[in-house]
Amino acid sequence: MSVTITMPALSPTMTEGKLAKWFVKVGDDVRSGDVVAEIETDKAMMEVEALDDGKITALEVTEGQDGIAVGTIIAVLDTGEGAMPTPEDDQKGATQTAEPLTPSSVAKLAAKPAETFSATPHSGVLTPLTVREALRDAMAEEMRRDENVFLMGEEVGEYQGAYKVSQGLLDEFGARRVVDTPITEMGFAGLGVGAAFGELRPIIEFMTFNFAMQAIDQIINSAAKTLYMSGGQMGCPIVFRGPNGAAARVAAQHSQCFASWYAHCPGLKVVAPWSAADAKGLLKAAIRDPNPVIFLENEVLYGQSFDVPDDEDWLVPIGKANIVREGTDVTITAFSIMVGKALEAAETLAAQGISAEVIDLRSLRPLDIDTILTSVKKTNRFISCEEGFPFAGIGAELSAQVTEKAFDWLDAPPLRVTGADVPMPYAANLEALALPQVDTIVQAAREVTYQKERG
Amino acid sequence: MAKTPKSASTAKPAGVGKSSVSATKKNIRRVQGRPPKNVTPEYPDTNTMLDLYEQMLLIRRFEEKAGQLYGMGVIGGFCHLYIGQEAIVVGMQSVSKEGDSVITSYRDHGHMLACGMTADGVMAELTGRRDGYSRGKGGSMHMFSREKNFFGGHGIVAAQVPIGLGLAFSHQYRNTGGVSLTYFGDGAINQGQVYESFNMAALWKLPVVFVIENNQYGMGTSVSRAAAGRDLADRGKAYGIPGMQVDGMNVLAVREAGAEAMAYCREGKGPFILEMQTYRYRGHSMSDPAKYRTREEVDAMRKQRDPIDSLREILVHDGVENDKIKALDTKVKAIVSKASDFALASPEPDEAELWTDVILEGGVS
Repeated sequence: MSVTITMPALSPTMTEGKLAKWFVKVGDDVRSGDVVAEIETDKAMMEVEALDDGKITALEVTEGQDGIAVGTIIAVLDTGEGAMPTPEDDQKGATQTAEPLTPSSVAKLAAKPAETFSATPHSGVLTPLTVREALRDAMAEEMRRDENVFLMGEEVGEYQGAYKVSQGLLDEFGARRVVDTPITEMGFAGLGVGAAFGELRPIIEFMTFNFAMQAIDQIINSAAKTLYMSGGQMGCPIVFRGPNGAAARVAAQHSQCFASWYAHCPGLKVVAPWSAADAKGLLKAAIRDPNPVIFLENEVLYGQSFDVPDDEDWLVPIGKANIVREGTDVTITAFSIMVGKALEAAETLAAQGISAEVIDLRSLRPLDIDTILTSVKKTNRFISCEEGFPFAGIGAELSAQVTEKAFDWLDAPPLRVTGADVPMPYAANLEALALPQVDTIVQAAREVTYQKERG
Repeated sequence: MAKTPKSASTAKPAGVGKSSVSATKKNIRRVQGRPPKNVTPEYPDTNTMLDLYEQMLLIRRFEEKAGQLYGMGVIGGFCHLYIGQEAIVVGMQSVSKEGDSVITSYRDHGHMLACGMTADGVMAELTGRRDGYSRGKGGSMHMFSREKNFFGGHGIVAAQVPIGLGLAFSHQYRNTGGVSLTYFGDGAINQGQVYESFNMAALWKLPVVFVIENNQYGMGTSVSRAAAGRDLADRGKAYGIPGMQVDGMNVLAVREAGAEAMAYCREGKGPFILEMQTYRYRGHSMSDPAKYRTREEVDAMRKQRDPIDSLREILVHDGVENDKIKALDTKVKAIVSKASDFALASPEPDEAELWTDVILEGGVS
């Protein structure tokens, strides 16, 4: 009987990977538990084990082959038991692979070419980079530039980053400047603040911003407020960075968007880039900034590629939004992963005759309200998008400001597209319902343009 | 007398300044009582002792004045007085070196004066005026001086401990040879972030002296009702951090222990814990019901263990003329009186100050 070995998923957000090495060849006998192959993504590495005893009869992919979708058959094993494979056997084979776990709308988020990134003049030479690579390059360049910049956090060094963002930095800069910490968020966040008071420029990585809640006292009470409390003496040049918001299927405690929490507080700057070009330019700007900067990344975006200017000094100023698609009928603001969804929605809307202008906020505090108002005065309709909860969220603030400052230009009430007002559920279908989808944005746009009854 | 530190009744002056402490030996030593002159090479000369006396007295008189101004409604909000604990910061700072960093909690007026910040500037901050160290925007709990390496003044119990660790990290990273003197109280010792800090400090051998000012009460809760285990100096044992229990009412004992701890840090051996056994005479803050301890307990402490009176006795015993001591009293009184006048005369901050110092200019634009 033949059983198949399929491409496994290494993480909740993995959709494809590379077969780095075969440990077996056709004709080899393997036993259950033997390592047959090593697979690799840009984020992680894993060994694939046989789940049955038998003889390898086929290797369906070649060593070094990249872009193999999760679930693809990579090898066939003859167990010598003679019978036809039963559905149960198939099931067994699949347990080491699992379905692609991401909700389809997340998985299919294709990176749109970044045509309108013109925040800083650049040489015109563009190189495709993933967001992950862009973040690493930004840190490496700034660490080369300034001896006082160091990176600290859990698994940033020897593990090469929990999400591989700091890959290679330990090798280049050594353990003095790439510091692995114990699991001790409050402690190392406070340490970072003290180091910043002590003339250094720390980059503090949180494995996710969900864990930064353990440290939020140090971020708000110590980092954000001390400049004011000291009458301007005590600047705190520090970057707190890491993935924010929902990844996929990690449920309530690992899926929250904290944008509005931090954006609420004076004394902080808060940025949340979408493209790799902005991720790089904004992170470099954040590291050079004399203030504490909250740098909100997104795990799902890490592996996505965008064109990034080659310039050594590619900087994106904090506090400037970017119009990523021009339009005339409705203004849609978004940040981080929602920019991609807003662009998809704009595409759908265009087919329906609605011209949407999409603004990537990039920076939440300070907020580029002028760019938003100018757009709203042109389109007369406003929608904000975010993954976070609706109550007192970023959209609530934007709606208030747009209403206060452009009331006479509005032809419809502002609408907020947000995550559902519930803790994130685990079940795939419920999770998809809890997250704002492309169609949610499309429907909101139809509503403010009176193509649809108000929901 | 219910809550006298145990060291008071078992005073054993021997053992001070004799041995160096290492983590491999017994981790806890007790430093208490007046160091006998003949065994202590660092026993200070008369001028140094007069200086210590003056500094402690300045803090005492300053705090008394702050208490008065609070009662008059000129100082608002929270105001935590250091009266009774003066020997700790004065003793520690007297053996610290230029470039060392200091950070503490909200009971911080004494630390600022001991770091060389002016009584005028501190008092003007207490009254919320524009000539205060934070230009009136910080108040009693939030004052800083970059110039004097005083990093606050922190209002959240124990939050200054990881920050002090960060200052030590910076000393090590920049190879300055400096030490971070991180002060906190017996209330803070039960916060988780203190142990996160102990762990990293020991792990990376950071040059930090954790100075626990054990004044016996975290607000109204006595140490015995809040802390399991006996000695707070022991709390670093699991991390291999040496600890000493010190008579914090004796400025000479504090100096002795402080010098040893700082030397240990400067040798690159890592952190050191000093548990200073002390007592605050006043309430936790100005609004304190004082129901959790007896008047007799407080009076006994003032009469028998007062750090300033004790040092004065030593000075007198050493033959210092009474006039010389009196002159210091007069000098200190004048400084405090001037600070009070200055703080009352200084105008409130300009209204435009509301919007300044929120964010620094100078980012990428």
